[in-house]
Amino acid sequence: MPRRHLTRALAAALAVPAILIGCVTAPDDAEVSAKATSMLKASFKEQGQAKLDRLDQDDMQKMCSVYAGKAPPKEVAERIEKANLASVKWPADGRFVGDWKNGEKIAQEGRGMQYSDDPKGPVGANCYACHQLAPQELSYGTIGPSLYRFGRLRGYTDEMRKYAYGKVYNADAYSACTNMPRFGHKGILTEAQIKDVVALLMDPDSPVNK
Amino acid sequence: MRAKYRRVAAGAACLFTLGAATALGQGSAVEEIAKYRAALQDGNPAELWEARGEDLWKQKRGPKNASLESCDLGLGPGVVKGAYARLPKYFADADRVMDLETRIVWCMVTLQGYTDADARKGPFGSPDRKADMEAYAAYVTSQSRGITMAVASNHPKEQEAYRLGEKMFYFRGGTHDFACATCHAEDAKRIRLQDLPNLTKTEGAQKAYTTWPAYRVSQGELRSFQWRLNDCFRQQRFPELVFASDASIALTMFLARNANGAAFDAPAIKR
Amino acid sequence: MADPMKIRASVVGDSTEVKVLMSHEMETGQRKDAQGKTIPAWHIQNVTATWNGKTVLSAQWGPAVSKNPFLSFRFKGGAKGDKVEVTWTDNRGDKRTDAAVIA
Repeated sequence: MPRRHLTRALAAALAVPAILIGCVTAPDDAEVSAKATSMLKASFKEQGQAKLDRLDQDDMQKMCSVYAGKAPPKEVAERIEKANLASVKWPADGRFVGDWKNGEKIAQEGRGMQYSDDPKGPVGANCYACHQLAPQELSYGTIGPSLYRFGRLRGYTDEMRKYAYGKVYNADAYSACTNMPRFGHKGILTEAQIKDVVALLMDPDSPVNK
Repeated sequence: MRAKYRRVAAGAACLFTLGAATALGQGSAVEEIAKYRAALQDGNPAELWEARGEDLWKQKRGPKNASLESCDLGLGPGVVKGAYARLPKYFADADRVMDLETRIVWCMVTLQGYTDADARKGPFGSPDRKADMEAYAAYVTSQSRGITMAVASNHPKEQEAYRLGEKMFYFRGGTHDFACATCHAEDAKRIRLQDLPNLTKTEGAQKAYTTWPAYRVSQGELRSFQWRLNDCFRQQRFPELVFASDASIALTMFLARNANGAAFDAPAIKR
Repeated sequence: MADPMKIRASVVGDSTEVKVLMSHEMETGQRKDAQGKTIPAWHIQNVTATWNGKTVLSAQWGPAVSKNPFLSFRFKGGAKGDKVEVTWTDNRGDKRTDAAVIA
């Protein structure tokens, strides 16, 4: 066989597996997502209070993962916000504001819900990890906006107190796919703790509003 | 356990003092921390782990009484120099993508005769128990210092691992709805005073990935990139990431490849 | 037994610069464990360095020195190829000697 033909035959033989590989390498996005999820679930083991069900996503977690840190389309965002707002359990006594001094402690407390944490130990909101609040605390993070003078700037109104409570309870009710945890919805904080955090933001005597 | 956290707490207090000492400026506090890190560079105790790792690497160990010297880390049997800068990669003999630790486990099984379970035991050290795996990681990574990161994506399984890792990076779950992306997908963010690298961008991924393993002064231990991933998930309120699991390989692939082009610069030292 | 030290020695002008990394817990005796029990002190007490057998550094250490200590010092003299030896002894009586050649 002339050399040229041999080369051509070889090329043809090589082309077939190349095409096959091409098909295998480009599964669609949903397929990759599904595989990533099942691979994740197989790659974790329960430890302390963190059981494997923490990897079971609800609608918000699933949808917001799909949009990979970008804002979801309007109709998806509205669906998430509506469902999350409906889940907010408002205080039975109609009061949203507790004790700001305790709120400050909750805002500083970083423990809670990690597998290394004592399940009977304190659970905080760790607000300072992401937000500026009282000006005395210099060690604050910047993932969330500054909340310095939260109440003073927005006004000490009933509406704002209710909003602050709802936002801490379930942030996705107001802003779908926010980075902020849903402290009430997920049972991280108790109703009384959320009221204390709201006081830190909304009490005129709180250092946040000085 | 408590003792360890005490020491961490003392470290945090020092950081706070630094912040207060430099008046109100956040920028200057960050600069002071950078100075503190620079002062630690000389005499990095990570070298103790590197030396121990090299010694263990060359020792005859395991049921087959063999050393790891002929382990193929991707550049051929026995080649350690530069190997880490090419990992994770597809290995034909195992027909899968492996990161450094997975490959070391493979070599411990095939060359030294350990069972897979034994090779995976106790990957992270504590004051009471030093982990051989972290010493191995310190030694092997030190042999890639100064070498440009060049993680391949030629094989379909390498491409797949990258895509899976990317999906996992954005996977939100747990009690706090956190994903890796919650903290590591934007520029110039901080948790408290700790700067967060944006791991979705080349610059951030390079800066982060090329500086692990690191000796953590606050813990008095050398910590591997595997440990870094595990501890992120702990703080994410997820269950425990299994050592050398498929997800950890995929995530490592995503982050390592994002760091391509930078000179590897570890084992490093961190607060 | 304790892990080996990492010693580097190099000629700088008319002196020799020695850098030593030691592997040691350096437990202060002030800390408590999870059960509230005091963790006993365990730290290096004496460090000596010799150059060709002659002592060039002698130090007494206490609990204030960090875990995995790093020691850097200079002495007058020393030439390429000379031997520098460092020895530490801790409060449990454990002892370690390692050597390096001046580069």
